[in-house]
Amino acid sequence: MTHSPDSAPKAVQVSDLSVDLGGRLVLRGVDLQIRQGEVVAVLGTNGSGKSTLIRTIVGLLPAARGEVRLFGTPVPRFRQWKRIGYVPQRITAAGGVPATVYEVVSSGLLSQRRLFTPLRAAGKQAIEESLALVDMADRRKDPVAELSGGQQQRVLIARALVSDPELLILDEPTAGVDLASQQIFADAIRERVARGTTVVMVSHDLGPMDALIDRSVVLRRGRIVYDGPPHASQTHAHVHHSHGADEPGWLT
Amino acid sequence: MSMFQLEFMQRALIAGLLTGLSAPAIGTYLVQRRLSLMGDGIGHIAITGVALGLLTGSAPVFTAVIVSIAGATAIELVRARGKASGDVALALLFYGGIAGGVLLIGLAGQGAATLNTYLFGSLTTVSSSDLYVVVGLAVAVLVVAIGLGPQLFAVCQDEEFARVTGLRVQLLNLVIAVMAAVTVTVAMRTVGLLLVSALMVVPVATAQQITRSFRSTFVTACVIGVVACLAGIVTSYNANVAPGATIVVLALAGFVVAATVGTLLRRRHGRIAPLEDEEPEVGVPAPEPHVVSAGHPHAHNPACGHTKVEHGDHVDYVHDGHLHAAHGDHWDEH
Repeated sequence: MTHSPDSAPKAVQVSDLSVDLGGRLVLRGVDLQIRQGEVVAVLGTNGSGKSTLIRTIVGLLPAARGEVRLFGTPVPRFRQWKRIGYVPQRITAAGGVPATVYEVVSSGLLSQRRLFTPLRAAGKQAIEESLALVDMADRRKDPVAELSGGQQQRVLIARALVSDPELLILDEPTAGVDLASQQIFADAIRERVARGTTVVMVSHDLGPMDALIDRSVVLRRGRIVYDGPPHASQTHAHVHHSHGADEPGWLT
Repeated sequence: MSMFQLEFMQRALIAGLLTGLSAPAIGTYLVQRRLSLMGDGIGHIAITGVALGLLTGSAPVFTAVIVSIAGATAIELVRARGKASGDVALALLFYGGIAGGVLLIGLAGQGAATLNTYLFGSLTTVSSSDLYVVVGLAVAVLVVAIGLGPQLFAVCQDEEFARVTGLRVQLLNLVIAVMAAVTVTVAMRTVGLLLVSALMVVPVATAQQITRSFRSTFVTACVIGVVACLAGIVTSYNANVAPGATIVVLALAGFVVAATVGTLLRRRHGRIAPLEDEEPEVGVPAPEPHVVSAGHPHAHNPACGHTKVEHGDHVDYVHDGHLHAAHGDHWDEH
């Protein structure tokens, strides 16, 4: 891992963050700092606040208290979105009109495209590379609605990687995805990690991505209860309470 | 004298060409966002705009475009708030648009005949000054719909992702609403306010039967729109009926044909190349530690009365303070 020196701004800096969803506090006073080049897994059961944390980090949800900074800038004022790659849980709006794999992936370049200008050759090449990376190059002309869940998920990661982001944020990238797709996913991310990309991913179950993780953060009822090195049973420890409170990293 | 030499027919055909292009262009974005009926609502509100023009003696096309844009902005703001009461607020706005329009037209001393030319279009009433306005507005809509295509596509396809790429999603949504309002005004003299929405939606629905990408849907819908408008205007002249009706009936006939052809094509394609088998899905692996519930004679089922809890890919049953999950021939503690 190529960690930048401590003087570099943190990729993600969450301080005293509370988030309110419909009158219910889903996150309570969360503090989290992620250095550039780190690969962090955010774990926790359903309803623990994982996705809320991720969605607040990328600015989709407002903070009720506290703040999130991306590369040193508070999210409401952050403008360098081309440094961020976001992979949502699902294709949220499979719209009323068909859209091909190529069209969906090309929208990942919008953060660096000016208005009223056509796609440049470099952009087209980036799309091809991104499609090849997730093994979807031969499906580029197919409508995304005709793909399996795993293939759709691969399209979403290609869309996030096409702009070559410095910080990749993934919300449950492997939930309900077949093992072959999970492996392709993990390989694509490993390649980026080797180039120094910071990765934050939320997961229930890391699968083949487990080996990439430097650090895991466990959320329970909107608070961070573990923040430290990943350990063997991490994928289930948070679900089954099988940890001892005296192990390093567990917060009380 | 052929009908193409008649000046009013030339004007009607030019207006029809531009309407046929711009209505499906903006319609593609509306359908993608599942806002197919938005054009309908704006059309209702525009009736008040037309009536204001007639009442004040100014050009109805100007007052209509102003009132439509105001209405579309209001619709977009209500929609963006996402409140349940928004649905009712929109209904009130639409009824108010029609009722206000009919009332004002009555006060202006105009009868149902005048109103009809705006509701269903009219070949003879497109004046030269109307035509200039229509050309200007239609060109503006087309420039935005094509030039901002990638941005508008992203916003309509996945609004949250568009937000994270730094696009100004609210502004772009407003652009779509305003373009829809302008298109309603463009289409007012040819298809009329009550049927304008059909020209935004039907060509897109038709195109979708045979296309597989957004771009090809957009282009095909515009071609269908132009053909329906021009053919509808010619038919309207020959049959002496309102052009709105002939345009929309022709567009719907096109949809029926395309839907039939599309179904046959898909069926044939399906016979030749069946869907590949998906790889087996790997869900949440078997829970660890794996603790078998000792002496568990009771077999849980969805109707057994024990509280059910979703847990990953299976259901746990709450049983005497424990969570039990089916595993092969026995029950596990979870």
